[in-house]
Amino acid sequence: MQHLHIRNARLIDPRNGVDEQLDLFIADGRIAAIGRPATDFAAQRTIDAAGMIVCPGLVDLSARLGGIEPELGAAVAGGVTSLACPPDSKPLLDEPGLVERLVRRSDTLGLARVYPIGALTQQLAGERLAEMNSLARAGCIAFSQAKQAIVDTQLLLRAMQYAATFGYAVRLRPQDDFLAREGVAHDGEVASRLGLTGIPVAAETVATATALQLAAHTGVRLHLSRLSSAAAIELIRQARCAGMPVTCDVAVHHLHLSEMDIGYFDSNARFDPPLRSASDRDALRAAVAEGLAAICSDHTPVDADGKQLPFAEALPGATGLELLLPLTLLWARQTKLPLAVALARVTSDPATILGLDAGSLTVGGPADVCLFDPEESWCVTPEALRSQGKHTPFLGYEVSGRVRMTLVGGRIVFAA
Amino acid sequence: MHNPQLNAHGELTHLLSIEGLPRAVIIHILDTASSFLKVSHRDVKKVPLLRGKSVFNVFFENSTRTRTTFEIAAKRLSADVINLDVTRSSTAKGETLLDTVDNLVAMHADMFVVRHASSGAPHLIADHLRRVGRDNVHVVNAGDGRHAHPTQGLLDMYTIRHYKNDFANLVVAIVGDILHSRVARSDIHALTTLGAAEVRAVGPQTLLPSAIEKMGVRVCHDLRTGIRDCDVVIMLRLQNERMNGALLPSAREYFRCYGLTPESLALAKTDAIVMHPGPMNRGVEIDSDVADGPQAVILPQVTFGIAVRMAVMGILAGN
Repeated sequence: MQHLHIRNARLIDPRNGVDEQLDLFIADGRIAAIGRPATDFAAQRTIDAAGMIVCPGLVDLSARLGGIEPELGAAVAGGVTSLACPPDSKPLLDEPGLVERLVRRSDTLGLARVYPIGALTQQLAGERLAEMNSLARAGCIAFSQAKQAIVDTQLLLRAMQYAATFGYAVRLRPQDDFLAREGVAHDGEVASRLGLTGIPVAAETVATATALQLAAHTGVRLHLSRLSSAAAIELIRQARCAGMPVTCDVAVHHLHLSEMDIGYFDSNARFDPPLRSASDRDALRAAVAEGLAAICSDHTPVDADGKQLPFAEALPGATGLELLLPLTLLWARQTKLPLAVALARVTSDPATILGLDAGSLTVGGPADVCLFDPEESWCVTPEALRSQGKHTPFLGYEVSGRVRMTLVGGRIVFAA
Repeated sequence: MHNPQLNAHGELTHLLSIEGLPRAVIIHILDTASSFLKVSHRDVKKVPLLRGKSVFNVFFENSTRTRTTFEIAAKRLSADVINLDVTRSSTAKGETLLDTVDNLVAMHADMFVVRHASSGAPHLIADHLRRVGRDNVHVVNAGDGRHAHPTQGLLDMYTIRHYKNDFANLVVAIVGDILHSRVARSDIHALTTLGAAEVRAVGPQTLLPSAIEKMGVRVCHDLRTGIRDCDVVIMLRLQNERMNGALLPSAREYFRCYGLTPESLALAKTDAIVMHPGPMNRGVEIDSDVADGPQAVILPQVTFGIAVRMAVMGILAGN
């Protein structure tokens, strides 16, 4: 293992409240020292990072992989060193053997660390509980239904009780199946004008309220994924005020876009949950700023066949791993938020939610590091993205923040 | 935002939606239709405007009536008309929408008349043609999902102008299933662009899209309030599948609350006209006494529809 010395960088570590010019010393895959090395530290390689920012590698709460190798390559190119992978992959993550295979495969690649989220119910069908204990032994760190809802509320209660038995966290994307039926866009003025079937905000609030009630009843550790509406955020705020340890996240595109970005049926703006009104977007931005919600990329590679269709027939989702950092920086600049606060939402906060020893630059901790040039701007084009997913509504955007180097366990896994 | 229907000179290259059409373009279409109406009354009902041009009627959703009116319009302009019933051919074999379009372009189509069950499909086709450098091929939207039916909207405007001369002081009530109606959306855009004094959207909450007032209409849940003192009543077709209990309890109750009868029509101005895009459900949204009565202009709408579609195709071919 190399001994590395990264010098002259601005070191930002939200967890430890650090934001200053400090050298970083890495040995044997771990952070050896910050500022001043041990007297016997001998660097085999010194990296001059003048003008750069060094921060913990990003932790992504939700990234779908599709092709594992290219997407994990995209992750480290975006500075993401740990990611949670929802269970609606092909095949579904409802069998221990499949989870083991995914973990082994990603370990072999040695790029970003992959943390599988197991299926809460078999086949995600919402009918029978999945083998959570076996899945956890295979490597799952939490359980979810991905995009599927559990319609049967008694089964949802049982799933939470069973997960709570073992102390497993349950993650839900709150959306009521009936209220969202056939919906493809926010039920508001744009969907009405374009003649698209709407998904009302109530689809999210009803499911959120149900999940909160059942979680309070069972004591399960609940995380709600990809909230899209001001009203659902308000429910979380109330639950937190009442002392519930519920956590939530918001997809990074929801911080920047609204229903208006659908324009004339742009299928790149088709998301699940949908882009909502501008006031919803503003409420999400405020919630993330105050630390009520973390940010995820909701990375979903979709190929051209899935997008070159009429809006309602197109597949939802966009590529996001390589945009997570620049879009978070853009939001921070727009809201005049200190960088350390903004970076907490994609490093320490998600690591805490997932219960990982990650998302910080703590002496003795794993050396998962992102080194980026905050000023370098680049244009989002299909060619500029390593992900196989080339579709995003941000195509053509000029963004700032270019990852120059990514380290996982002290190894340089990406350099540009 | 880039308007996908207009070229760099502001001329119409596709007709995808009435939304975003400048008032002058709409008026030009109506004026042109006026001159074509005379053609339909001649012994020889043809002009050579589209001679040698191929118009492809590409219907991904069945509609004999609309397809026929486009076919007649194109033939009166001397175009070669090719009808494709895509519901039964390519897509059934798994071909994508844009593959079908590419194939038809390779057959040297000059114009597509497209009907599709998905909102936005004609926009997708127009955008694709631009990307592959086939800007010379025109797209006419003949109805896409719930989104738009611009030629119906234009023929409705033609009809209103024919009977009322001007839009400035008009009160127009659109009654019925606005949620699922592309005709209603096109009429609303056209009427607000042409400066109608008031457009009312009349129906139960289950048949009105949310935030519809943002399109510039006044929402009325009561038929009597909605019709009172209006100049034009546009009745919408209520499709049978809407009456299965999920949106409305029954056709009988719907007719009692929202059906247009001589009694309810009496609340409108005495010279009010009654329109309907067809096909009608007599006894469901409209009473036969009204449908066949002196205020109904439903059959003239059909006649004007041919002239309006000729105007649209003629103008597109010239741009």
